Amino acid sequence: MEVEWPGRWNHLKKILERNGPFAHPDFEPSSENLSFVKDVCKILVIGAGGLGCELLKDLAYMGFRDIHVIDMDTIDVSNLNRQFLFRAKDVGKAKAEVASAFINARVPGCKVTPHFAKIQDFDESFYRGFHIVVCGLDSIIARRWINGMLISLLQYENGELDQSSLIPMVDGGTEGFKGNARVILPGVSACVECTLGFYPPQVNFPLCTIAHTPRLPEHCIEFVRILLWPKEEPFGAGKPIDGDDPQHIKWILQKSQERANEYNISGVNYRLTQGVVKRIMPAVASTNAVISAACATEVFKLATSCYVPLNNYMNFNDTSGVYTYTFQAEKLDDCLVCSLKPQTLTFTETDKLQDIISHLQESPSYQMKSPGITTCVDGKNKTLYMQTVKSIEVKTRDNLKKTLKELGLTTGQEVYVADVTTPVSLTFRLQLGSSMDNS
Amino acid sequence: MIKLFSLKQQKKDGEGTPEKGKRASAAQLRIQKDINELNLPKTCQVDFPDPDDLLNFKVVISPDEEFYRGGRFVFSFKVGQGYPHDPPKVKCETMVYHPNIDLEGNVCLNILREDWKPVLTINSIVYGLQYLFLEPNPEDPLNKEAAEVLQTNRRLFEQNVAKSMRGGHIGNVYFERCLK
Ligand SMILES: [Zn+2]
Repeated sequence: MEVEWPGRWNHLKKILERNGPFAHPDFEPSSENLSFVKDVCKILVIGAGGLGCELLKDLAYMGFRDIHVIDMDTIDVSNLNRQFLFRAKDVGKAKAEVASAFINARVPGCKVTPHFAKIQDFDESFYRGFHIVVCGLDSIIARRWINGMLISLLQYENGELDQSSLIPMVDGGTEGFKGNARVILPGVSACVECTLGFYPPQVNFPLCTIAHTPRLPEHCIEFVRILLWPKEEPFGAGKPIDGDDPQHIKWILQKSQERANEYNISGVNYRLTQGVVKRIMPAVASTNAVISAACATEVFKLATSCYVPLNNYMNFNDTSGVYTYTFQAEKLDDCLVCSLKPQTLTFTETDKLQDIISHLQESPSYQMKSPGITTCVDGKNKTLYMQTVKSIEVKTRDNLKKTLKELGLTTGQEVYVADVTTPVSLTFRLQLGSSMDNS
Repeated sequence: MIKLFSLKQQKKDGEGTPEKGKRASAAQLRIQKDINELNLPKTCQVDFPDPDDLLNFKVVISPDEEFYRGGRFVFSFKVGQGYPHDPPKVKCETMVYHPNIDLEGNVCLNILREDWKPVLTINSIVYGLQYLFLEPNPEDPLNKEAAEVLQTNRRLFEQNVAKSMRGGHIGNVYFERCLK
């Protein structure tokens, strides 16, 4: 396949090789800008669904040629109306793989690498390999996870952020005719956790309404999902509802219709039932297109510094007319995740847990009251000590007398400390010398 | 204004083997904070069957006044990775004759569902549950029969609660003894 042809990059060159009145103050026009986009910049797209298909197409046509995409889902027939990289023959295959193959065949020179996996399957060394991360996700849990990961990659020297450790995150989200695009510079601007309140909470109807005064078809479906399913266990004891299992949905549908008839409520059907059970938000192709275009533009601006990036949150709504509004989401001083730089605690491996606690209580810079300490070993959370809850105190008391070595703590291990004196849990990294070093 | 990629450096390829969940999640950090700062009245106790698992625990409420004085009610809390965006799942494990708790242990408390906000804490929920025992609310019933009795005959409601806590039948439903 011919990769270069006359004029292929002319449009980009007009932006990247000459200055203009709206350019970023630090922008330096040069041919290197284009070669960075084409040959160096490595982009991670998370999600190959409605937004992901748009993002891959936009970024590939924009000139980015080293793109990775992660998605754990397979293609469902209901995706085909808007996830345009997929065809009927692809149903059941991995979204990441089909999307990558499509782009690679269509855009000369572009190499998309698929990862049919969960974002949690990869560690820091994987994420550190990217210049920019773009998200087209429908899950808040996944957004919070990747946000926490990118913040954990930040490195500080004498309290100053090492900018080469910063990986910007461009995040798109859509729901029906509404959407948003945002740029997160981890550790610098508002992160996902700072703005957790922006994400609409799940619609939860009052339980008493569901139980006794249903008025909407959704109330009937929720009655069956929350109250009837656990009671009747139609598919065996303890079996959870699988929203993709037609047998499950049919059972819920039938019971919901019975209840709807009892209360003269209309509108319960298969589609609504599955929608309520899976908490599906209606997806609108044009909203995905707009939001992903905004996100891809931000990626381009960040990668080339040709223009000032979005600062930092854009809302879009075309329910009636077209409306956009951009504002600067505020970085919280007491954000659970981005407000604190991990601090180093230096001890020896023969020091005891009690020594760490005494240090946190007595050191003038902490003066904690009753620190609760946890850590995470081999992916498993471990409570080292917590004084305030009696049942935990009793079971962790013996740890106080154990040495850090006996507790399995090594250099680089993170410990998390909660105390009333700090607005959020603090993260510490242990630095353990052998006792010889200190003698 | 921060200028990114001024060095336009080549990034190293991601190598290394996947190492799952080395760090505590945001939900985990938040629940640790919630738990460490629990500040409960003496009528409420919290019990962690596994101290390493701060996401699953029991709360025991033993009211010392009003209808449910002398009873002991166990609630299970399950906190998901969506916390605090999503509320924890709370169920009453003790069979109780109560207008706002059904016989399967579902609890009708606004902050557990429609009025949940991320600023609320485990502490707020425990206070909410304790309040249900002090002021059962017949306006939002889950156990409709109990609510009707409370509305029409407070005296009978009081007797029914006492009987259920001692262990006995109310109508054709048997309640196990849950006195301390
Ligand atoms: Zn933050």
